[in-house]
Amino acid sequence: MSSNDHSKPVAKEESFGYDSKTIAYIRNAAAHGLYEIRGMGAKRQLPNFDDLVFLGASLSRYPLEGYREKCSTKTVLGTRFAKKPIELEIPITIAGMSFGSLSANVKEALGRAATEVGTSTTTGDGGMTQEERQSSKTLVYQCLPSRYGFNPDDVRRADAIEMVIGQGAKPGGGGMLLGQKVSPRVAKMRTLPAGIDQRSACRHPDWTGPDDLAIKIQELRELTDWEKPIYVKVGATRTFNDVKLAVHSGADVVVVDGMQGGTAATQTCFIEHVGIPTLAAVRQAVDALEDLDMMGKVQLIVSGGIRSGPDVAKALAMGADAVSIGQGVLIALGCNHDSYYQNSAHHDASAGYAALGTVPGYCHHCHTGKCPVGITTQDAVLEQRLTPEVGARHLKNYLKTLNMELTTIARACGKQNVHHLEREDLVALTLEAAAMARVPLAGTNWIPGVSGF
Amino acid sequence: MCGIVGLLVKKPALRSRLGELMVPMLIGMTERGPDSAGLAVFTEPLAENMRKISLYSGMCEEGADFNWLGLGHELKEHLGIDATITAQGNHAILTAAIAPEPVKRWIKERHPKLHILSTGRAIDLYKDIGTPAEVAARYAFSGLAGSHLVGHTRMATESAVTPDRAHPFTAGEDFCLVHNGSLSNPYGVRRMLEPHGIRFETDNDTEAACRFLEWRLREGDDLETALQKGFEALDGFYTFLMGTADKLALIRDPFACKPAVVAETDDYVAIASEFRSLAHLPDIKHARVFEPAPEEMYVWNA
Amino acid sequence: MERMSFDLAQTPLRELNSFLHRDAPAKGVQKVVVTNPDGAHNIAVGLDCPVEVDVHGHAGYYAGGMNKTGTVTIFGSAGTGVAENMMSGRVHVKGFASNGAGASMHGGLLVIDGDAGLRCGISLKGGDIVVGGSVGSFSAFMAQAGRMVICGDAGDALGDSLYEAVLYVRGSIKSLGADAQIEPMSEADYAAVKSLLDAAGMQHDPKDFKRVASARSLYHWNADADQEY
Repeated sequence: MSSNDHSKPVAKEESFGYDSKTIAYIRNAAAHGLYEIRGMGAKRQLPNFDDLVFLGASLSRYPLEGYREKCSTKTVLGTRFAKKPIELEIPITIAGMSFGSLSANVKEALGRAATEVGTSTTTGDGGMTQEERQSSKTLVYQCLPSRYGFNPDDVRRADAIEMVIGQGAKPGGGGMLLGQKVSPRVAKMRTLPAGIDQRSACRHPDWTGPDDLAIKIQELRELTDWEKPIYVKVGATRTFNDVKLAVHSGADVVVVDGMQGGTAATQTCFIEHVGIPTLAAVRQAVDALEDLDMMGKVQLIVSGGIRSGPDVAKALAMGADAVSIGQGVLIALGCNHDSYYQNSAHHDASAGYAALGTVPGYCHHCHTGKCPVGITTQDAVLEQRLTPEVGARHLKNYLKTLNMELTTIARACGKQNVHHLEREDLVALTLEAAAMARVPLAGTNWIPGVSGF
Repeated sequence: MCGIVGLLVKKPALRSRLGELMVPMLIGMTERGPDSAGLAVFTEPLAENMRKISLYSGMCEEGADFNWLGLGHELKEHLGIDATITAQGNHAILTAAIAPEPVKRWIKERHPKLHILSTGRAIDLYKDIGTPAEVAARYAFSGLAGSHLVGHTRMATESAVTPDRAHPFTAGEDFCLVHNGSLSNPYGVRRMLEPHGIRFETDNDTEAACRFLEWRLREGDDLETALQKGFEALDGFYTFLMGTADKLALIRDPFACKPAVVAETDDYVAIASEFRSLAHLPDIKHARVFEPAPEEMYVWNA
Repeated sequence: MERMSFDLAQTPLRELNSFLHRDAPAKGVQKVVVTNPDGAHNIAVGLDCPVEVDVHGHAGYYAGGMNKTGTVTIFGSAGTGVAENMMSGRVHVKGFASNGAGASMHGGLLVIDGDAGLRCGISLKGGDIVVGGSVGSFSAFMAQAGRMVICGDAGDALGDSLYEAVLYVRGSIKSLGADAQIEPMSEADYAAVKSLLDAAGMQHDPKDFKRVASARSLYHWNADADQEY
């Protein structure tokens, strides 16, 4: 071979630690001196509910018929202290997502779908909009460290109050909304100048710690004459301790949000590296409630990457009373879809994705406010791409599907009530899942760390 | 997760009423700490060659039926010690003319589940699971006498059958500490102390703070210097209330998120997490009531 | 009926608050007197009618919390979060206030005759706070809108992360927080201070006050984009 020969074979040996993603990350940091901010939840591979499977009926257990034999999905939340607990038709609720991160049309779509299906929506870190209160029959009103828009009239109008300590995407962090989404209306609700980047507190302004939380919860009870359930939401970290403390502080319902939980905007390093998987958190939360003999007295809602009927069924089998869904709901509305439906026609959304430097299916640019399908935006043009009626119909279909799958699985396990699903109906496919959920590896009696092989 | 109380009487005539004045304070902190309660009282010090050791049998099988009399006999037989043991159910105070460390070692070997609560010439320490009212009744707190005391009510995270994790924590002799808050670097502090031969009994963050401060005092720092070093070494949120044989000391971290209020008259200084606990003290309407500032040391002499 | 009295040593707090929420507006009660508060928490939270509530003694946490149109006067000290999230109306603490006084208020007037603890006016979203004494560290942290008048001194990090709220300080400031700066007082500022002091019943010369406001340099997260690597 002479030195002019350009047909040398190319040998590519990629580094595991310094892969192309890592190289791009370092280069980006070197270029800008800033961390990456994005939306959605953890994208890395994590142990999740796919690693658990159900033991359906056969000879030792008998199934229920799909149509003639009923399987109840009614769910009651907040029985501990409140005079008016929340009664839902299905154990699937819609998680807190703010007006500000989402458009008003979306909030209305969420409310309509939830009302039709018989479940609740949750306000999010931005206050209560008229659209959501009017469209949503059961509305959970969040009280967050920022207290954006928080006021006693809305507390009185709400059906339940959710005291948010943190969320799964960023436990220990506060909210974030970049200037392009701080529209005049959002700015007014949050008492901010329009167009500026919102900085958010990560701690509540008037209480720190469960002993003071107990007093704060009492304040909300006194304000609402003890009528409304008080939920306490934590991002999953030291979940066993946190759930115990939430119960001690007086929570009627505890909401645990695992690291797969989404956000509209936060630092990527937070999303991917802080918090524990939902699968591990559920088990810890249930352990805490059992330890205090509070199962059934304080209800548990689990969120963070709940996507499908089987996910719902597995969360319930693990001991949750209900689940809450955020990202799945947005995807049902059209997030990451290549088209949107407006004025009775489908329109191609690819250009919008391309402008963000992405393609449908890979987008996580909620923070930009330029959502190509009009969901996580305040832009007057873009938000028309999501019609409340159309969005509501799609969401209703999604929730119905989840519920149908839930009851199918429950019946196959012989249950007349989805709340009778139990963890002994489950086995694990991987060591991590078996250890985290403390459920045996399929085909064995082995729970790593608990029983012998 | 907790309530703290402290009381120091300025007039010797009030020493016999110390417990009686404190019990409503402790009960006032029940909502902050419903699971367990503890208290350390500082009495007239024993003679220099004497020591008293507070003991807790709640984690032994015999529990409140522990054979305290038998323990006294064993001490006589094995170590030649004439000890006076005053017992109330699962708690006892052992008084003798001893060097305490060998006796404590012997107790740990012989009765590993017998928990040593405190050692010193002035300190008596009680802690147990139950509501503050239950614990106060169990040990007849209203009858306690002394110059000052430090008390605590706890909202437990882990299972309540570990009364050893209740506060006050002690280290060395005549030193104890109660804590409201949460330290964020307790394990680093422990790992720094362990090479100095300091042994930990629990994984409680308060124990890390307690042993750190006691270590500084033992190394010759005066209380103020030890507390100053504490500000640097200990991270997180805290209100600490400490008792030594002749002092009561209070500090709050720079963020001062955990509450504390002080009421002072000519007769007493009282400290609590909330004013509620102070509301029934005599002459409270004319007391000087104030909130201690963050990062400042408040020291009262008994 | 015009005037009612509640002795919290005899009557549960629940009855007082329930009365204030339901009976006071329905019966046109003008004044409610509360005795023996003894540090109870949540006294007169969520008022929703122009009733006057006089608390004789020390209040615990969140006294007058989320007040709307009511007038609460505490003849004593107040615990954490007095008048937190107040929407309108007036809360007056004759003694000192603990941490987080006026946290996240949207409107109304909070007057504290004595000192206020740390984080006074934290997350302020509107309304006015007038403190006769000094305020602790981190006061006006992330204060978004509204005004504070501090007749005494301020601790560390005053106005850290300030948005559009404006602070007037008569005494010394131990340190300013991130993005907070001292600005010259205008005639409008002097007039504002005068009217707030009058409303609070305090006598000081407005000319003695300094204005603290946001430098607004944190308003846009510095995206140094387009910088070629």
